[in-house]
Amino acid sequence: MTLRLENLTVTLAGRRLVALDLTIGPGEIVTLMAPSGAGKSSALGAIIGTLPPDFAVTGRVLLGGRDVTALPTRLRRIGLLFQDDLLFPHLSVAGNLGFALPARMTDRSARIDSALGSAGLAGFGPRDPATLSGGERARVALLRCLLAEPQALLLDEPFSRLDTALRDQMRSLVFDRARNLGLPVLLVTHDIEDARAAAGPVLDPFGTATSSLSP
Amino acid sequence: MQRRDFGRLLAGLALSPALAGKTFAAEWDSLLSAARGQTVYWHAWGGDPKINAFIAWVGEQAQSRYGVTLEQVKLAATTDAVSRVQAEKAAGQTSGGAVDLIWINGENFAAMKSAGLLFGPFAQGLPNWPLVDTKGKPATVTDFTLPTDGFESPWAMAQLVFEYDSAQVKDAPQTLDALGEWITANPGRFTYPQPPDYLGTTFLKQVLYGTMPDPALLQMPVDDAAYPAQTAPLWAFLDRIHPALWRQGRAFPANEPALGQLLADGETFLSFAFNPGRASAEIAAGNLADTIRTFTLQGGTIGNASFVAIPFNAAHPEGAQVIANLLLDPEVQARAQDPGVLGFQTVLDLQALAPEDKSRFDALDLGIATLPPEALGPALLEPHSSWMTRLSADWVTRYGVAP
Amino acid sequence: MSLRALPRLTLALMAVPVLAGLAGTLMPAFADGATAFRDLAAWPGLPRASALSLGTGLASTAVALGLCLAILAALYGSPAFDRIRRLLAPLLAVPHAAAALGLAFLIAPSGWIARALSPWATGWTSPPDLLILNDPWGLSLTAGLIAKELPFLLLMALSSLAATDPERRLTTAASLGYGRASGFLLTILPALYRQLRLPVYAVLTYAMTVVDMALILGPTLPPTLSQQVVNWQMAPSLTSQNLAAAGAVLQLALVLFALTLWRMAEIAARALLIRWAMSGHRAAALDRPVRRFALFAATLLAGALFAGLAAQALWSVAADWRFSDALPASLSLAAWRTALPDLAPATARTIAIAVAATLAALALALGCLEAEARHGLRATPRAMMLLYLPLLVPQVVFLPGLQTLALAAKLEGNWIAVAAAHVVFVLPYVFLSLSQPFRNLDPRLAIAARALGATEARIFWQMRLPLLLAPVLTAFAVGMAVSVGLYLPTLLLGGGRVTTLTTEAVALSSGGNRRIIGSFALLQLLLPALCFWIALALPRIVWRHRRRMLA
Repeated sequence: MTLRLENLTVTLAGRRLVALDLTIGPGEIVTLMAPSGAGKSSALGAIIGTLPPDFAVTGRVLLGGRDVTALPTRLRRIGLLFQDDLLFPHLSVAGNLGFALPARMTDRSARIDSALGSAGLAGFGPRDPATLSGGERARVALLRCLLAEPQALLLDEPFSRLDTALRDQMRSLVFDRARNLGLPVLLVTHDIEDARAAAGPVLDPFGTATSSLSP
Repeated sequence: MQRRDFGRLLAGLALSPALAGKTFAAEWDSLLSAARGQTVYWHAWGGDPKINAFIAWVGEQAQSRYGVTLEQVKLAATTDAVSRVQAEKAAGQTSGGAVDLIWINGENFAAMKSAGLLFGPFAQGLPNWPLVDTKGKPATVTDFTLPTDGFESPWAMAQLVFEYDSAQVKDAPQTLDALGEWITANPGRFTYPQPPDYLGTTFLKQVLYGTMPDPALLQMPVDDAAYPAQTAPLWAFLDRIHPALWRQGRAFPANEPALGQLLADGETFLSFAFNPGRASAEIAAGNLADTIRTFTLQGGTIGNASFVAIPFNAAHPEGAQVIANLLLDPEVQARAQDPGVLGFQTVLDLQALAPEDKSRFDALDLGIATLPPEALGPALLEPHSSWMTRLSADWVTRYGVAP
Repeated sequence: MSLRALPRLTLALMAVPVLAGLAGTLMPAFADGATAFRDLAAWPGLPRASALSLGTGLASTAVALGLCLAILAALYGSPAFDRIRRLLAPLLAVPHAAAALGLAFLIAPSGWIARALSPWATGWTSPPDLLILNDPWGLSLTAGLIAKELPFLLLMALSSLAATDPERRLTTAASLGYGRASGFLLTILPALYRQLRLPVYAVLTYAMTVVDMALILGPTLPPTLSQQVVNWQMAPSLTSQNLAAAGAVLQLALVLFALTLWRMAEIAARALLIRWAMSGHRAAALDRPVRRFALFAATLLAGALFAGLAAQALWSVAADWRFSDALPASLSLAAWRTALPDLAPATARTIAIAVAATLAALALALGCLEAEARHGLRATPRAMMLLYLPLLVPQVVFLPGLQTLALAAKLEGNWIAVAAAHVVFVLPYVFLSLSQPFRNLDPRLAIAARALGATEARIFWQMRLPLLLAPVLTAFAVGMAVSVGLYLPTLLLGGGRVTTLTTEAVALSSGGNRRIIGSFALLQLLLPALCFWIALALPRIVWRHRRRMLA
């Protein structure tokens, strides 16, 4: 599966915020770096389809050759991780994962258990998300995202809230999973360490490659 | 206490002709000077802008003639004032009460009188009292068979009249039987307010007057043994007309205004009201079509009087008596009878009036829908109040809970 | 007095009048042993009247809540939703009785719809004999209640929605393949409903005990229990008074029963939602029908309320308007001329009472919330129940007792007493509108301010209050609308000497004159509508250069 952004531009009130033309191959991680400002979130919004109407979008988003540009978010099958875990507080850990697991799946609790086990969270199913540590929550959020069987992954500064030790762990966990699943990944961050760990191309919102990753 | 004694003194003076005259005039003068500067709170139903405007006019007269300020407390229902006085009594407030004067009659009067909530007797002590037609209009001293004993003073006569749209109804039914036939022949075009509403129960009593073998018994309390047989024809009449009523008798208008609105909207063609001048006044105000006319039943229709009473703890009983007396003034009474103003019938004996006062009444144009007094027919006395209670309770049991 | 004591004091201010009034009203029920209750049980209409109260209350609340959620689920964030949000202010300002009268005139067989279609489409030259209003099942009453409750629930939902982080939750759900409606129900509703619960209970209680709307739209054979209780209260005899008290006891029990039923339904619904979430069914097909339904229902209800108001406005200037004329044949200002002389003093008094009561309520509510914030107090559920007691105990049940108490204490008969009584009713609504936005303020802002050396007073006046400008203004408008619409408390505590627009309007409506009713309905509406408009417009002007304050 590849994620292709074909001449994707976002304009707000005559100001160009994003201009990207790139292809992300299976298991490849492209990093979008920008200090701050509207460019990063506009690019994300354009790819998942959540931009308000006053943002003008041109170009196409292709996922495995399928044009998803006009599709609503839920039909694009692009997984999303925010800097906050956004676990639903009214559902248990297993409930959050069950929410993501497609309905056609049978033996749901077995799948949830094995997913938890694979992330070192065996037995966490009935827990209230609020009782989890930051690292545990981040892992549940990742599991939730992957259980929905996305065809690409968008990461919106997913590690910025974690402390340094956890950050490294989570980075390798997320990147390894994505590579194993052959998912194209677009990482949006302002943290140079994220970009280094991703070990892929680094671009700004206008598609210009950032030459140096040295601090 | 003093005030009550004073009222009794006044009444006593009026009742003994020997003492009348100079002493009486002096007493009234001292009452007038006590009243000057008072603000009288008259609790009166406020649902009719015509009545509110009339009361405002009476207030202007009171101000200019006696220096008494009149404030109408507009009520949605008279019982609001009654429960107010009850609450004041329960709270031990025996003077300086909020209510100075109440527009009242029937059960409200009976309830207040029997509970000792009224000031008086005062009515016979009013200078204008001799003008009241107590002989020709016995309802001015008998309120639902209960003697008023001077605890309330009349200010308007009312009589049940039927109203119909002459564009829809060719021959107005003149008897109860004809009315029943008209209703069944014109389904959906007649109804009555839902008892225990006052006007709705009055309709039941009117039917009872026409169906009871001896209507004179209505002046006595209900006799439990005879009651089922006495009222059987009434229920038979209602059973007959109910399927042909507006909404097949599955809904009833709440009260007199709601019934009047149905006639105004053309939902009903035949209606009734407790005021012979209502139709003309409403036509004049543009609320009713000018094709509406009125009629009464042969044998007469129920009539009664509207009164004013003063609560036992009124803050301004002197001013309240001045207003009660002013309401009996021929000029005020003639204005109330003008259909362009209210269209209420007077409580006064026109023959007893001075010529210039009588001419005020003669000059009135009664309006296109109002029957002249001689065509109105006899006013039947209100039955004893136990009939009202019993009839409305039975009506509720029979018809009031059916889906 | 220290701020710390304020919450307790406020609770006492709320609870004491209600409980004392309750005792005063209910005493007569037990005055003659169980006689009053035997009489009550002997009333043949009792089962049906109780069922009607329960049925119309539960049905209207359930449908209003369902519609509110459907509108939020399908339309939140869309341009259609902004239109609905703008309509909220005038809709909330419509007094209940005016809404009912407007609706009644719209749908009656002689009403505006029938007039507009007759005789050319229907062939009716006289109104048809159809039982639409006062139907025995209470359907028109239920419809009227829904139309009036929906805007209130929407307003309450909007004030707490932001705290549930709806955009990101919906995006997360959508990225997992969920539709708008299912995403809303499964991820936002559980958090939202916790804030909406008390307003919903208040709506349920109100719907079960409403009197003015029931009188106009409700069944009469028999009427709803609350209407019958008022009928008994209005009858002058002492037996009726005791009967009314017994009926009020039953009414209270029915309300508690309904609240219990509702609570059980909440638990069941919650379990169902969690099972649904676990099952992973995306239910995206729900979006289209929910959207259509929400748009249709919102248009229909708002349209009906506005058409009803328009009809009343038209009636207020109609001279001659007979059946089958779609519009009045001639116009006249007579009704307005009649209304005008009383207008100026009544309006001035209405404003004085409403402003005094609302400002007092705002001060108490803000004081309580500030005490919470400064001293780390937390409102227990029991405290919240006490605060909302005036909304949960039917007015007809405790007001007569309260009047007796006020009389005994000689604290009535003037506008200050009325305003004080209004505070009891206004405060819960003000608190409802204010508490969520206040508690949602980022606590780190206050910490940052303290670190900069700001005193608590300065934090309140220069940080919290300006940040809360919009919710405070909304709460003020809600309070004004509540106060302007109060009838029974004004009448009972004012001793009839305190005339407001509403006491005038209710007294005049009892005469059934549509022209007068129309003119007063518009006047009653104008004042709160103005406040709502200010609440919407002022923050947009003040914060026009502060984008985050307008979100």
